[in-house]
Amino acid sequence: MNQHFPSTAISFELNGAEVSAPAIPGQRLSALLREGLNARDVKIGCDAGDCGACTVLVDGAPVCACLMAAHQAEGRQVETLAGLCDSDPHAKSLTQSFQDHGAAQCGICTPGMMVSAVALLRETPTPTTAQVQDALGGVLCRCTGYRKILDAVTQAPAIAKQGDGALGTSIPRLDGLPKVLGQELFGDDVAPPACLEILIIRSPFARAAFCLGDLEALVETAGLEAVLTAADVPGKNLFGVIPQFVDQPVFAERETRFRGEAVAALIARPEIIAAFDPADFPVTWTELPAAHDMPFAQSAAAAQLHDGRSGNVMCGGFVTCGAPDKRLAEADVTVEGHFRSGFVEHAYIEPEAGFAQMVDGRVEVYACTQAPVMDLESLETILGIDASRIRIVPTAVGGGFGSKLDISVQPYLALGAMKTGKPVRLCYTRTESMQSSTKRHPSDIRLKIGADTHGKICGFDFKGDFDTGAYASWGPTVANRVPVHASGPYAIADYRAESRGIHTNNPPAGAFRGFGVPQSAIAQECLFDDLAEKLGMDALEFRIVNALENGVPTVCGQVFNQGVGIKACLEALRPAWHSERAAADGFNAKTATLRRGVGLAAGWYGCGNTSLPNPSTIKSGIRADGRVVLHQGAMDIGQGANTVIAQIFATALGVSVQSIALVGADTDVTPDAGKTSASRQTFVSGNAARLSGAALRARILEKINVAEDASLVIEDGKIIATDGAGQHVLDVSGLPADADGFVFRAEETYDPPTKPLDENGQGSPYAQFGYAAHLVVIEVDTAFGSVKPIRFVAAHDVGQAINPMLVEGQVHGGIAQGLGMALMEEYIPGRTENLHDYLIPTIGDVPPIETILIEEPDEHGPYGAKGLGEHVLIPTAPAILNAIKHATGARMCEVPATPCRVRAAILKGAS
Amino acid sequence: MRLALAFERPDNIELALEALREPAFQVLAGGTDVFPALGQGQLPCAFLDVTGIAGLGDITRRNGATRIGAAATWTDIVKAKLPAAFDGLKVAAREVGSLQIQNAGTLAGNLCNASPAADGVPPLLALGARVEVASAARGTRVLAVSDFIQGVRRTALAADELVTAIVVPDQPGGSRSAFEKLGSRRYLVISICMTAANILMDAQGRIAQARVAVGACSAVAQRLPALEADLIGRRLDDVTVHVDHLSPLSPIDDVRGSGAYRLDAVQEQCKRAIQRAGTV
Repeated sequence: MNQHFPSTAISFELNGAEVSAPAIPGQRLSALLREGLNARDVKIGCDAGDCGACTVLVDGAPVCACLMAAHQAEGRQVETLAGLCDSDPHAKSLTQSFQDHGAAQCGICTPGMMVSAVALLRETPTPTTAQVQDALGGVLCRCTGYRKILDAVTQAPAIAKQGDGALGTSIPRLDGLPKVLGQELFGDDVAPPACLEILIIRSPFARAAFCLGDLEALVETAGLEAVLTAADVPGKNLFGVIPQFVDQPVFAERETRFRGEAVAALIARPEIIAAFDPADFPVTWTELPAAHDMPFAQSAAAAQLHDGRSGNVMCGGFVTCGAPDKRLAEADVTVEGHFRSGFVEHAYIEPEAGFAQMVDGRVEVYACTQAPVMDLESLETILGIDASRIRIVPTAVGGGFGSKLDISVQPYLALGAMKTGKPVRLCYTRTESMQSSTKRHPSDIRLKIGADTHGKICGFDFKGDFDTGAYASWGPTVANRVPVHASGPYAIADYRAESRGIHTNNPPAGAFRGFGVPQSAIAQECLFDDLAEKLGMDALEFRIVNALENGVPTVCGQVFNQGVGIKACLEALRPAWHSERAAADGFNAKTATLRRGVGLAAGWYGCGNTSLPNPSTIKSGIRADGRVVLHQGAMDIGQGANTVIAQIFATALGVSVQSIALVGADTDVTPDAGKTSASRQTFVSGNAARLSGAALRARILEKINVAEDASLVIEDGKIIATDGAGQHVLDVSGLPADADGFVFRAEETYDPPTKPLDENGQGSPYAQFGYAAHLVVIEVDTAFGSVKPIRFVAAHDVGQAINPMLVEGQVHGGIAQGLGMALMEEYIPGRTENLHDYLIPTIGDVPPIETILIEEPDEHGPYGAKGLGEHVLIPTAPAILNAIKHATGARMCEVPATPCRVRAAILKGAS
Repeated sequence: MRLALAFERPDNIELALEALREPAFQVLAGGTDVFPALGQGQLPCAFLDVTGIAGLGDITRRNGATRIGAAATWTDIVKAKLPAAFDGLKVAAREVGSLQIQNAGTLAGNLCNASPAADGVPPLLALGARVEVASAARGTRVLAVSDFIQGVRRTALAADELVTAIVVPDQPGGSRSAFEKLGSRRYLVISICMTAANILMDAQGRIAQARVAVGACSAVAQRLPALEADLIGRRLDDVTVHVDHLSPLSPIDDVRGSGAYRLDAVQEQCKRAIQRAGTV
């Protein structure tokens, strides 16, 4: 017989139950599961089989649901994470072990990982690491660096222990359970079924003039609800993240400045959107000459992208101290180099997504974001309405890394809901996400460093240009941060660093973990190795000799009298440095084609905004039922703020973290804890949480009239305080409650103390820095130029680890991103706009990582804690490049160091 | 603007071929190439799912040949009991995409997609495989793999034809094979270049027969006849690959590597594949 399916219902077994749902011919199984059967535990990251997030079991075998026609499931057994967690013993065991290892950070890849792991464990109950890698190789993760996932699946001994969350203890993530059960709701998981959808029409050219056709006719013929263009923006058609550089339109007007820029948005029912061919959109394009790189953008032939930014120079940054030119001239040895890097894509597995609706005349936007209050402020301008008429409710965020600081889907959603009066939904395709979201800035850096015969740095001259793309985004921040950080964590008395952001017709470059510092660290740390070699000094000892110390000024003239932990980080690497160098020499004595190398690099990073106000506010209270409520507004994008901020708060209040109810970011109910960026949440929001907890505690103690050191237990509607005088019980149910239902409340703000930088970049840009040093062992197949990392040792000064397991998770994830930047990642508009041409590390690419925690307390940090989120990838790439040099003698000056480039450098060195 | 109007899932080959008399059909098996290629609003008029055809996924050995049904997945190939001469093909199958891709994607689909970087093609060239295609109008014909794939994304398949099987003639007893893939990461990676080698050693440890094929270094994967001829009579430690051997290749520069790099790397890759294939 011939089965014929004219959009009829198909039936199959889903998680043990017979289901039936109508499917359009050619509809993907992933879409049917999510939209037709509400199985939103199946996540979609790419619709191309490149990420594996949508992995389901069909008749027991893992497949990508995005690559299977829904009709092909007819009569078969389909299992998803949510179902497996209900019934499968392996899945149940994995839900525990994933939490015990912190194997789920943002959680977007977790369903794909766990479903793949269940299939493996059914066949191989005690798999080796290699077997797990083979089984999970098809699922990409951008947060964890995979090692915790390997530990979870191989059932390594648990790291986390349930407990009261006392400072320095590794409790499992407080928000972890929904992530491992497939219940976490991300940007595309919250819209009601059959909601109107948005399709954005984008520029196919880097630069083009355009003319829109008859849009009213299109609405009619295509059956659309509405079309939005620049003409439909009631407020200003502009957004940006830095007040002086708000330059990006929601919809381009007359001319587009980069490939993928939006010109219009269609709103229609899902089946109409699914069938709409963008070629049917009435627009006439006239391609214009574009600036694809910085040299051309600065030439006379290039068009100016923005008024007032002559030569396409957006802005610059500058720091100098001492007499760099004079000292370089006097130096006993000097080295110099020219280093380049390309665009790096954030490649979170969750594309930008959300939905919006009108409620009582207000617009509510539910979307993934790192900065809800900034989203609100942008929408206030774009929509031209008062902030009181806008509500931002962040969903869970499936990875951010900086790019979800900028608005993406939010204005289209808000405009769409306001225009139609109905709920609307938008989820970027992978290609849209890659084309239109911000990137890491490509860099072009020239650096010269001198030293005397004792190995002390003697003059440092840095010039760096950064391709900021078509719009400013966080480019000014990169331009400011780089000169402050380009010295690395070293004492350099004679220093000059200049940076510039250059506009091109490339996608906007913005914030990406490290804000330009990972690029400048490549130049500085590679030349430090070359300088040590020229001096005949050990590369580690050379760094230790020059390392910054307490009481020694930074290049900005800022003096920290405490908390400078770089020397401790470097010294912690010494044993591995010696043993691994010896082991590599032994290995290399035996083979010619395979060469091992050991490299190291250090880094530092100032936590919080550079010399600008950067407050966080944390509200907390106790309800009349005795519940402790923490309004935790610091966006948890996988890094663990929900857990760490709660641990800090619980410590300050003096109760178990388990007794606290978290209320997340929501601009209607939770105060602004600032953006999740600049490694500031543990430090800044952590301090606000500490202050809030302490204030709440003080109010309680005062009310009960007990000693300051009294212990508190809050349970069953009672506060039990115990001090030297005995036990005091306060029944809170009778106390008067405020509008929030609180009988006790505290709301505290913390803003880190910084001072402005003068014209020479002298001042106090940050209240604290964190420090890091990485060592890596790599193996180069010299015939191919392919580089395989074998092992990392990572030493991080975090001041005080609030939750060591989460700290390790950050270190692992940062190393994986640094490894990707070093070896494989380069975004090229029009060529690597998907996750099979743009490569990020897989589970087979990240080697074992040993994390060494250094705890040099910081006087400003909550309980001494320092930020960590960005430090973790700064040393990684230069460490790898230094290891390649050790292994092969070839100095790589451009990342990614692809096999092609490494082989070319080896051949050049040999000739 | 259009939606697909039909989804046919025949359970026998005759019905499938009948359906293909209509030019509207997109043939679908594992979907691993079909779905990623679908642009916004670009659904074909109708799908013809061949995975329901009885026996089309079978791998059988008879009449002096191994027959790999057109719906056989990469995983089916990995799990099939096949002689050592197929080891290279099995390695390629394990290296394609990921387990998810291998569980769904088919070897026949890999040929029909005709990517220059198709991992299945070099092993099939090294096996001297042939492609069986059928149509309702003209019955069955059999083509060499090198005749079937005609260029980038171009095959000899007529609109009304369906690949029914890949047919590998029995290899000489004792022949062995290897497959080498070079990519920028461990899993889910499109090859920079790849080489398959099928080698028969004589009793004296010399190469008696050799087929070597290279992928991702030309529009269609190529055998290297000059190298193959040069290998005859050599010991494995005496294998050298010269640039002259690579004259059938014309690699391009792309995001994965330059043409010059590919020519350079593939020399070493050929040598490793030959030595691995020849080593017991």
